Amino acid sequence: MNIVVCIKQVPDTSEIKINPETNTLMREGVKSIINPYDLHALEAAVAIREEIGARVTVLTMGPPQAEEALRDALSRGADAAVLLSDRAFAGADTWATSYTLAKAIEKLGADIIFCGKQAIDGDTAQVGPETAEFLKIPHISYVKKIEEIKNNKIKVHRMMDDGYDVVESSLPVLLTVVKDLNDPRYPSLKRMVTAKIADIVRMDKDAIGADEDSLGLRGSPTQVRNIFAPPVMTEKVMLEGSPEEQVESLIGKLREIKCL
Amino acid sequence: MPIVVKIETCNSCETCIESCPFDAIVLKDGKAFINEYCNACTTCLTVCPEGAIIDKPDTTARPAAATANLADYKDVMIFAEQRHGEVASVSYELLGEGRRLAEQLDAKLIVVLLGADEAAAQDLIRWGADKVILNTDKSYEQFNDDVYSEALYNIIEEYKPSIVLAGASAIGRSFIPRVAARLRTGLTADCTSLKIEPETRCLLQVRPAFGGNIMATIVCPDYRPQMATVRSKVMKKGKYDETRTGEIIKLSGAAISSATSVIEFVKEVSELSVDLHAAEVIVAGGRGAGEKGFKLLAELADVMGGVVGASRSAVDEGWVPYCHQVGQTGTTVTPKIYIACGISGAVQHLVGMQSSDIIIAINKNPEAPIFNVATYGIVGNMFDIVPQLISSIRNIKEN
Ligand SMILES: Cc1cc2nc3c(=O)[nH]c(=O)nc-3n(C[C@H](O)[C@H](O)[C@H](O)COP(=O)(O)OP(=O)(O)OC[C@H]3O[C@@H](n4cnc5c(N)ncnc54)[C@H](O)[C@@H]3O)c2cc1C
Ligand SMILES: Nc1ncnc2c1ncn2[C@@H]1O[C@H](COP(=O)(O)O)[C@@H](O)[C@H]1O
Repeated sequence: MNIVVCIKQVPDTSEIKINPETNTLMREGVKSIINPYDLHALEAAVAIREEIGARVTVLTMGPPQAEEALRDALSRGADAAVLLSDRAFAGADTWATSYTLAKAIEKLGADIIFCGKQAIDGDTAQVGPETAEFLKIPHISYVKKIEEIKNNKIKVHRMMDDGYDVVESSLPVLLTVVKDLNDPRYPSLKRMVTAKIADIVRMDKDAIGADEDSLGLRGSPTQVRNIFAPPVMTEKVMLEGSPEEQVESLIGKLREIKCL
Repeated sequence: MPIVVKIETCNSCETCIESCPFDAIVLKDGKAFINEYCNACTTCLTVCPEGAIIDKPDTTARPAAATANLADYKDVMIFAEQRHGEVASVSYELLGEGRRLAEQLDAKLIVVLLGADEAAAQDLIRWGADKVILNTDKSYEQFNDDVYSEALYNIIEEYKPSIVLAGASAIGRSFIPRVAARLRTGLTADCTSLKIEPETRCLLQVRPAFGGNIMATIVCPDYRPQMATVRSKVMKKGKYDETRTGEIIKLSGAAISSATSVIEFVKEVSELSVDLHAAEVIVAGGRGAGEKGFKLLAELADVMGGVVGASRSAVDEGWVPYCHQVGQTGTTVTPKIYIACGISGAVQHLVGMQSSDIIIAINKNPEAPIFNVATYGIVGNMFDIVPQLISSIRNIKEN
């Protein structure tokens, strides 16, 4: 069985702050990490290998420095790593990203493809389902439990807004996973050593036989027009005095506007 | 790449490197260099003190695959989802928004409804639809990605809407991307505001990015339809008009067969679940409240006839269950009064509550960002303030 896990290197968004004066991001000291959901995807793949045997390949599309994320994934149990990197991939939206990933997956061959539910830098949750569409295979979103893999079929629990569905699919299939699925393991010391020197397979646009008009910024239907800081409300009153006085004036305000 | 650095002009100050939201600028041979992460958002153009970064127009023609005849695409379409036969509330909110957009474009508002009955379709017309495309076949009752994608894809190909909106629910987020991929068009997730640009009549789609730390305006100029998903409670419902009439177009026939099937559905409702959506008053606590503080907040919520909300930190600490979480990864709320106690006001929290009518913030730290959105701010210890507030309100209620 071949398993491909799509991982993305993202800035640790919980550390990003906006500079209120210039409206720009302050990313000083913000480190790059593997998208947290993708760690759960990787863990699921490695667990399947340990149970029924499989070859786990991690795949990322990104600039050369994304190699770091791949080595991290190798140290967490992946068998092989593929870096999709080409200037032509730059500026891809989810459509062009999914097209590119699908082209690479076709070359690699896979029975199960894992993605995270979403990437925390964009939160779009679109790349998984779109990639499945390009591959013309089914997908199941928000997988929180894998019940069994048997006779070329897989049975999983799909988280819904009001509970969960038990869903069955034939293979090949693409799954996007949520954090409830498992607890990702930490890199092992031994693996960290081998991951450092492991070969990373590099693929560019020619290696995956991609159509240039579908790549990167050029192939992306959506464009970022501009970026701005979230709006802040202007009307605000700070209530002064001792706690008693503050509470008193709050009550006064609320009665004034007939909220009490 | 349209964004380029004029090497001669770059003075290596690195201002652009910090400003780039996509981590796309690095120092190479001592000068700024734009790498593969560039999204052409142009933020760096405005921060460069030397004007060394420019947006070079792409001289190569857009790909021929761009939608051939944009003008053929006119109407506004909404995918109204049903689960267990009931139309989701986000669909009515989309109708309110869709109606507004359709009027600006002088276009029709078409709603797609799969697996529900005619009464539900009539209801959608009263909520603002001009046309409802309905398939009542039982095979559509259960959500299935392949089946729903195929059906919506075919309808879009036939009706050629300019805009397609769907709820950013578990269902919408799962299958709408497949439809967009097949249509070779753009899809913007979780939009918080939608506007028509007067000059181009393009849809301006605003959404939070980077965990809500910044907002981005997304456009899809060369492909149709322009597709977007919207979370529940972000848009306002339109008007319900008992007398409104419209057309119901009935599609017949069962769904295609699919490689996936739903074997069973297991409902999960927590006994502690709260209805944050319906609440007029929400008393929310954060890390500053502590387990003890939440007892006080429950009491305050009780005297004010409201419910308890929480920041993610409080939920992570285990002081309250997840269903109380307000924010980007929790619930988006719009109560009349939102009281934030011991909540710092991280953007991920703010995006979920800043549309509340009145926001009262109680925080020890006068610099806490929550005060930026507060109608009334109280700098102080919530353990001093909240008990006072409880007894004052109790007094008023008793008299
Ligand atoms: C992808 C992503 C999604 C997220 N989604 C959400 C989300 O949906 N909702 C959410 O809330 N967060 C979310 N977060 C987390 C968010 O970034 C913040 O970490 C979180 O909101 C902080 O919670 P807090 O304000 O309770 O805690 P803190 O930031 O620790 O703030 C505690 C505050 O309490 C004050 N305080 C302490 N003691 C007292 C006292 N006795 N009286 C008064 N004030 C006191 C302090 O001054 C401080 O301002 C998300 C983060 C990420 C990365
Ligand atoms: N550039 C990329 N390379 C590899 N996988 C990706 C990339 N972008 C997104 N993914 C995968 O798609 C998932 C959803 O991403 P998104 O649609 O961007 O929220 C992620 O969790 C990854 O598994």
